[in-house]
Amino acid sequence: MSTIGYDSWAVDLAEVGPVYPFQGWEVAMVVVGVIFWLGWHRIQYVRESAHLEKAKTIGDKEKIAEAMERY
Amino acid sequence: MDGNLNALTTIFTEFYYWVTIVFMFLIHVGFCMYEVGASRRRNHMHTLMKNIMIIPLVTVTFFFFGWWIYWAFPSAFPGMGGIDFEAGAAYTPWSVNMGTNLEDRITGVFWAAFLLFSWTAASIVSGSVIERIRSSALWLHAVMIGSVWWIIDAAWGWHWDGWMVKVLGYHDAYASGVIHAIAGGYALGVIMVLGPRIGKFAADGTPRDIPPHNPWMLTIGIFLIYTGFWGFYAACNVPIISPEVIDGQIVGTTWTATNIYLAPTSLSAITFNFLMSLSGGLMAAYVVSKGDAFWTFSGGLAGIITASAGNDLYHPIQAMLVGAIGVVIVYNLHYWVERKFKLDDAVGAVAVHGYAGVVGLVLAGFILWGAPSSPYEGYATVNPIGQAIGAMIMFGLLGWLPGWGLAKLQSMAGALRIPEEVELQGLDYAEHHAYEDAKADIIAADKAALAEK
Repeated sequence: MSTIGYDSWAVDLAEVGPVYPFQGWEVAMVVVGVIFWLGWHRIQYVRESAHLEKAKTIGDKEKIAEAMERY
Repeated sequence: MDGNLNALTTIFTEFYYWVTIVFMFLIHVGFCMYEVGASRRRNHMHTLMKNIMIIPLVTVTFFFFGWWIYWAFPSAFPGMGGIDFEAGAAYTPWSVNMGTNLEDRITGVFWAAFLLFSWTAASIVSGSVIERIRSSALWLHAVMIGSVWWIIDAAWGWHWDGWMVKVLGYHDAYASGVIHAIAGGYALGVIMVLGPRIGKFAADGTPRDIPPHNPWMLTIGIFLIYTGFWGFYAACNVPIISPEVIDGQIVGTTWTATNIYLAPTSLSAITFNFLMSLSGGLMAAYVVSKGDAFWTFSGGLAGIITASAGNDLYHPIQAMLVGAIGVVIVYNLHYWVERKFKLDDAVGAVAVHGYAGVVGLVLAGFILWGAPSSPYEGYATVNPIGQAIGAMIMFGLLGWLPGWGLAKLQSMAGALRIPEEVELQGLDYAEHHAYEDAKADIIAADKAALAEK
């Protein structure tokens, strides 16, 4: 048994195509990959919103002015 | 070179490796920038010199004995056959192959490709120990990891004839273990003896962050490391070879690129997987570090390192997910080890290289389970147990143990760590005072001239 479909390289490479593991599961892999990608956006958005909300109230005016001066 | 096709193949291969070497130089540039960016201003020159001198010291020792080790040591393990002096003969420093020789156009570039890996292994260790190690101590470690320990592991597990490949089915195409796990393990051994920088831990043991003095230098540094990593990946392949030359089980006449084990892959495959594992690492690191810029950048690197063991064969989505999983484990392990054992890994090298390498090897054992580790008959196929044992050999036996052992000897001789007074005043003044004195002198002269106007 081999996850890539070959358990030896005793083959003619002219007749070999894909050699990645779990061939036949491409659609499932894409679904998992897309969930990972969209999940990332969701987590990032929620955290950014919380951060911005919190940041609205923590500014020290003197330090903000200094930051403006620094450009 | 008899025949035009043979000549063309040889010259192409020679040029191919040469290009990878130039690209890989950027890894060292990146490490230097990263280390200097991460260190405080009073330690810049020392930090830079410490890393730059790795280049000549590892180069000459790799010429004298490192390259010979690679060819003579594939079976140099108890019960596996011992040192093969015949196979190593062409790679002794007095061999005619180790010089200008029109019958051998490959040894020089192949030697140099491996040498650049050696610099990387040493440079990984260098980052962990900044701002408190003696240069003399680090340079001995650089020679040992760069020209002895990593090249022994390459002979064992990154050679078509290596015993780990034959017996364990060890598969590590782009060096998760043979460069990164060993260097991370070595760095861990050294920092356990070396101790943390002054101020790293509060009196109650709480770790303090020591922020980089120049975040932008650090950023460009890691981007250069990414760039050099492309060259590293290409250098791990044999660009073109025929089945007759491989002389294994492959039949037919189709030429191919191969990994270091002479098993087929393609440059296209590794380009997919390099980018997808980089992306998986960056995305996971952003989430797990809550948007910390430096962990995010390092996470990209850790993503590639985790996927590297199997990136010759993975599907790109697998590479992305492996990279992401690796980063989550590595990040959490780094802080757990820091809190629990009070270890100061100044640039996170033990985590990004060592832990990521180990995780990558183990994951590859499952994902590539049953895949042939070699085109030759009788070799074990890839399997989780072989990969886990391989990870222990890389990180523990050839990495952690020699690093800890040499550091312990240096510490006992009082030759490992700089004096506390020097650490406080800064290494640049203490070791490179001529530069600081000259600077102070010329500033004073300029001010005096200004005052007279």
